[in-house]
Amino acid sequence: MKYGPETIGVSLAAFLALLGAAFSGDDSFAAHMWVAFFVLAGGAIMLLRQISFAPAFGPGDDSGYLDGPVRYGTVATMFWGIVGFLVGVLVALQLAYPDLNIEPWFSFGRMRPLHTSAVVFAFGGNALIATSFYVVQRTSNVRLWGGNLAWFVFWGYQFFIVMAATGYLLGITDSREYAEPEWYVDLFLTVVWVAYLLVFLGTILVRKEPHIYVANWFYLSFIVTIAMLHVVNNLAMPVGLLDAKSYSLFAGVQDALTQWWYGHNAVGFFLTAGFLGMMYYFVPKQAERPVYSYRLSIVHFWSLIFLYIWAGPHHLHYTALPDWAQTLGMVFSIMLWMPSWGGMINGLMTLSGAWDKLRTDPIIRMMVMAIAFYGMSTFEGPVMSIKAVNSLSHYTDWTIGHVHSGALGWVGMISFGAIYFLVPKLWGRERLYSLRLVTWHFWLATLGIVVYAAVMWVSGIQQGLMWREYDDQGFLVYSFAESVAAMHPYYVMRVLGGVLYLIGALIMAYNITMTILGYSREEQPIGEAAPAAQPAE
Amino acid sequence: MDYHSMREFADSWMLLAMTVFFVGVVIFAFRPGSKKHADDASQIPLKED
Amino acid sequence: MGIMDKHAAIERNATLLLAGSLVVVSIGGIVEIAPLFYLENTIEKVEGMRPYSPLELAGRNIYIREGCYVCHSQMIRPFRDEVERYGHYSLAAESMYDHPFQWGSKRTGPDLARVGDRYSNEWHVQHLIEPRSVVPESIMPSYAFLANYPLETDDISAHLVANQRVGVPYTDEMVENAEADMLAQADPDADWSGVEMRYPKAKLGDFDGDPRALTEMDALVAYLQMLGTLVDFSTYDEAAGQR
Repeated sequence: MKYGPETIGVSLAAFLALLGAAFSGDDSFAAHMWVAFFVLAGGAIMLLRQISFAPAFGPGDDSGYLDGPVRYGTVATMFWGIVGFLVGVLVALQLAYPDLNIEPWFSFGRMRPLHTSAVVFAFGGNALIATSFYVVQRTSNVRLWGGNLAWFVFWGYQFFIVMAATGYLLGITDSREYAEPEWYVDLFLTVVWVAYLLVFLGTILVRKEPHIYVANWFYLSFIVTIAMLHVVNNLAMPVGLLDAKSYSLFAGVQDALTQWWYGHNAVGFFLTAGFLGMMYYFVPKQAERPVYSYRLSIVHFWSLIFLYIWAGPHHLHYTALPDWAQTLGMVFSIMLWMPSWGGMINGLMTLSGAWDKLRTDPIIRMMVMAIAFYGMSTFEGPVMSIKAVNSLSHYTDWTIGHVHSGALGWVGMISFGAIYFLVPKLWGRERLYSLRLVTWHFWLATLGIVVYAAVMWVSGIQQGLMWREYDDQGFLVYSFAESVAAMHPYYVMRVLGGVLYLIGALIMAYNITMTILGYSREEQPIGEAAPAAQPAE
Repeated sequence: MDYHSMREFADSWMLLAMTVFFVGVVIFAFRPGSKKHADDASQIPLKED
Repeated sequence: MGIMDKHAAIERNATLLLAGSLVVVSIGGIVEIAPLFYLENTIEKVEGMRPYSPLELAGRNIYIREGCYVCHSQMIRPFRDEVERYGHYSLAAESMYDHPFQWGSKRTGPDLARVGDRYSNEWHVQHLIEPRSVVPESIMPSYAFLANYPLETDDISAHLVANQRVGVPYTDEMVENAEADMLAQADPDADWSGVEMRYPKAKLGDFDGDPRALTEMDALVAYLQMLGTLVDFSTYDEAAGQR
């Protein structure tokens, strides 16, 4: 039997889930185990019937590299990206029109973690896993270490996503922002993550290239730091072995700092270091020239990972966290500006001498826009970490705008660029289905981010100012409810920004689907004598 | 060991040590001998697919 | 050469690179987080803090389950406008039994650190069932279903034990009486002496407007009504609390 041990393993897991559902005294845990059972049973049936997703396989692995998980990961990135953006649009609509909340499963409080996790961990995580597997093989000149372990990483990670997402909707959460899954899902993710670390590190250890390319440093530090953060932040005492609920090991102020030490470094290592690894490989590839300064990238790496880890307390300015910790967080956040811009300059200057590619290559344009947004949000971040600024910006939509210029602008755009580069290579196509559609995607996404970020700046600053406005007699001018009402127009406009970004992603999905299926659109090359109706220039 | 003595240490010797270390890293990375080494490494992604 | 070859070694040795990164990223966390556990003035000395009553704890778990922290903070900053709007700024001591903390990060709705005693039970129930009927500008989702969901009571002692294990000073007596205390606190006809003795200042009586049924609405409102009411600020020494 093909996939014998795999089939047995998955079936066994499905059986365990069934037992969990049967014997649990906790309704939500039982419901969650039913979800796990159906997903795993479905997986077992697929394995038994040997269902293959032919287009996703593409050409055989005669390159000597293990690219199957990379192909699947690329498709998964696209799929989860659209899910995440779609849920984002839905929650934005719920804030503008609260009647769209459907209790209990689809109310904002349960949907927002679904949105953040879908974008950060499902979209971003799949992009990181897929590209890191691709990059480490190419830059080490060797096949992925560990054989089918890479497949376990891919499917295990998808199962984690499904469990996390359904858990949120069922109300299973430990309320730690960006780490909401409960203890048993956390434990499972730990297993997957250790397997990921083994595959990645193993590949580096057996490499045929004497030097470890700098992109792999960033990927490696991302993997190992996330492992550390995940384990420490999720330390908890479950109520029972068949109970979904757990109580965090730490309380109050210590718990808050642990959580934001995690939360900030999820940004620093998941959304920054990992994607910088992507930048250091795919920008030179697409530009067809080496990185501007390899030596700068060494300084970039060490100073970035050293400084980032300290910056967490800036999420807790003026709270009951002791002052010394707040000040420390602020100082390191401001210093962080330097390595961030060092990295930005390094990425942008890689194009020096090839700036004309910006005109002819929309993929390069996408990557450059990503780096520009990286520079923008890593400047905005230190500014917002200054206590005086933070006193206004904290608790407001300004923070939301900042997060989105980073997530949509930097993380989204660099991932799109990498996928546009990867898909023709992975499926052995000469080129993408259409470069003009990439141009459309680029402009829709850029416009969407600009609308979103600008609207959130205005609403955030207005919110902050309304809360602290006094009249001549020394009374507060606005009630809280009035500040909520004032946000309505911005919340509507924000939906528009999100919709533009989502449409861009749908165009991309169409484009890469057609590329995978082997189609190629007849079109005028970009940058030459253009036909009348040019969407982009 | 109370908070204030830690604070004084952090403001003085620790700050100096970290600055020296950082300057050291920069000098090290940009030392003349590393140029060829770095140029070789930067070519890795462009070698093949 | 000597030292000059060191970084070249790191660049060629994956294990060294891994260990180096791990050391570098550990420093910040250890230096920042560890002192919070042993520096004595991290948490102020206050009077009045006690662990949550079983009913309040169940309500808090519903607060977490519904993601209330996504839109409501429980952390008043020491600014004139916040203190005027919400009350005395929050102390670290006030969340010392919070596993996990619920300080929040966004105020789509107002801060709730001291919402206790501000509104009547009836107001809370009406507001949770149909928010816009009491606050027309509100964009809060409706939580009407809570009034129809019976509260699970049989496993509450296991929850207290789990809290005990992470350091909350629940006594064995509290664990033994957990279910009885939970039922009694929301029952207008019960003998409240046990609850009052074990959980001073606990709000007593029916919360959801239906004395016959113990619902999730009872638990959530009981939790909301005690928020920020425990610490006795008349005995709080502001200067000693400076950190």
